[in-house]
Amino acid sequence: MWQRLCLCQVKGFVLAGRWQYAAPQNNTESGSKNMEVILETRDLRVEYRAQNGQGKKVAVKGLNLKVHAGEVFGFLGPNGAGKTTTMNVLLGFVHATAGDAYLFGVSVREPIARQRIGYLPELTYYYKFLTAEELLRFYARLFGIPRAEADRRIDQLLRLVELEAARKRPIKTYSKGMQQRVGLAQALINDPDLLILDEPTSGLDPLGRMKVREIIQRLKNEGKTVFFSSHELGEVETVCDRVAIINQGELKVEDRVSALVEKHQANLEQIFLSLIGYQAEVTA
Amino acid sequence: MNTVWALAGVVIKELYRRKDFYVLFVLTAVMTLLMGSITFFNDPRIASYLKDICLLLIWISALVIAITTTARQIPAERENRTIFPLLAKPVTRGQVVAGKFLGCWLASGIALGVFYLFFGVVSASREHDLAVIQYLQALWLHWVMLAIVVGLALLGSLVFAAPSSNATICFIVVLGILLLGRHLNQVALQQPEPLRTVVYSIYFLIPHLEWYDIRDLLLYDHPGLRWTDCLLATLYAGVYTAMLLLGAWLLFRRKPLHA
Repeated sequence: MWQRLCLCQVKGFVLAGRWQYAAPQNNTESGSKNMEVILETRDLRVEYRAQNGQGKKVAVKGLNLKVHAGEVFGFLGPNGAGKTTTMNVLLGFVHATAGDAYLFGVSVREPIARQRIGYLPELTYYYKFLTAEELLRFYARLFGIPRAEADRRIDQLLRLVELEAARKRPIKTYSKGMQQRVGLAQALINDPDLLILDEPTSGLDPLGRMKVREIIQRLKNEGKTVFFSSHELGEVETVCDRVAIINQGELKVEDRVSALVEKHQANLEQIFLSLIGYQAEVTA
Repeated sequence: MNTVWALAGVVIKELYRRKDFYVLFVLTAVMTLLMGSITFFNDPRIASYLKDICLLLIWISALVIAITTTARQIPAERENRTIFPLLAKPVTRGQVVAGKFLGCWLASGIALGVFYLFFGVVSASREHDLAVIQYLQALWLHWVMLAIVVGLALLGSLVFAAPSSNATICFIVVLGILLLGRHLNQVALQQPEPLRTVVYSIYFLIPHLEWYDIRDLLLYDHPGLRWTDCLLATLYAGVYTAMLLLGAWLLFRRKPLHA
């Protein structure tokens, strides 16, 4: 509450029972005027010490991104391109070397920036001694959700991810697909306005992938903003409004999927391969 | 504070859903009861020996529970990747450290309560008498001492990558302090300079865990401690625990986590 009040005083936000977002004035761009910028990176640069201890490795080089309210935004790139590092910065796991990142106009360095987000990491093994219901109750407590409201949301989410029958079973008895779905439920416990999903369908069977895709589609219909990374380009083409492709830490393209397809006269996979220089290597 | 309690609740659930505590309790109970069933040379002091063995087993079990439970907390969060959804919530790293400490300390306290209850039953059944004040003081000081041990193991879990190496080092340090801590000043006197200063510095720097071992009061019917001494010992433990937690937070605060 203290943090809420402080932030409201600093930002001049209106508080009406939950966070209200006021977009910074310079956050509009042509073609998306009057749209709230939910996620933004400004000249983001992340450097790591190289594993052999000599020199530095630049994981992200001056990345500028804007994701607007209600969008499903695909964040694409080959392995090691800097996608997960960017997500790590957005979630406060890693500090940027230069530049900054904002969620709802609040710097990601502030823990409160994460009040309205849901995050699904790739391949997480949740507390195996807890049941799905207990896990969700634990995460609900972290958000300060009152018990009655938490109970209502837990019922709703377990129905959504089709884990009602297994709600009292310890997570250690769950299959990989069930664990991923409980992960999706925990990401939604605070009814987030922004979902950050790191390869949400990774390791799932076709049925599991379809279910996760359906849930993303459903969230999009509810007006949620979804920012997700994936290697499944067909899936990205189906669900995303806009995509950004990065390679070796640099942004190669950021546009609407339909605009890219029209401009390049190719499908997203061909565009992706071309932008990361795969074709050039083949022809060489 | 709600966040810290929520985190602590998960640690406590982990304690009673894992087998470690039950195994240690059953072992302590079986060994004590087995000893109690045998009469050695019709020695009238057998009840005192039995209490001594029972308390020793309780001290060992409590250290095992406190150190192993604490040492695995943050490494397990990282290994299972649960640290990522956790820190993606409005939770600070300081709250994670505080929550883990509180959970481990309370869990150790619950385990200790069960063990001391068993000791109380054994003691009362053998001697038909229980020095309640000394009993409560021993329980309280033991639990307060475990706060320092938990803080030490938590700090160690951020320094050493493997929980097993952290647990081993913590055991060695804690046992070293318990067995040698009170003699270090005498050892220092026998050393030439500059070793004398080094040993003296260690004597004044280490938390004197041996001060919290008041088993003799229970075994030999000594009068209880003054409550002011108990309070001072609690404050002393509080200061050391706070310093260890501060160190853990400073280390964890800047630690990059790669999802």
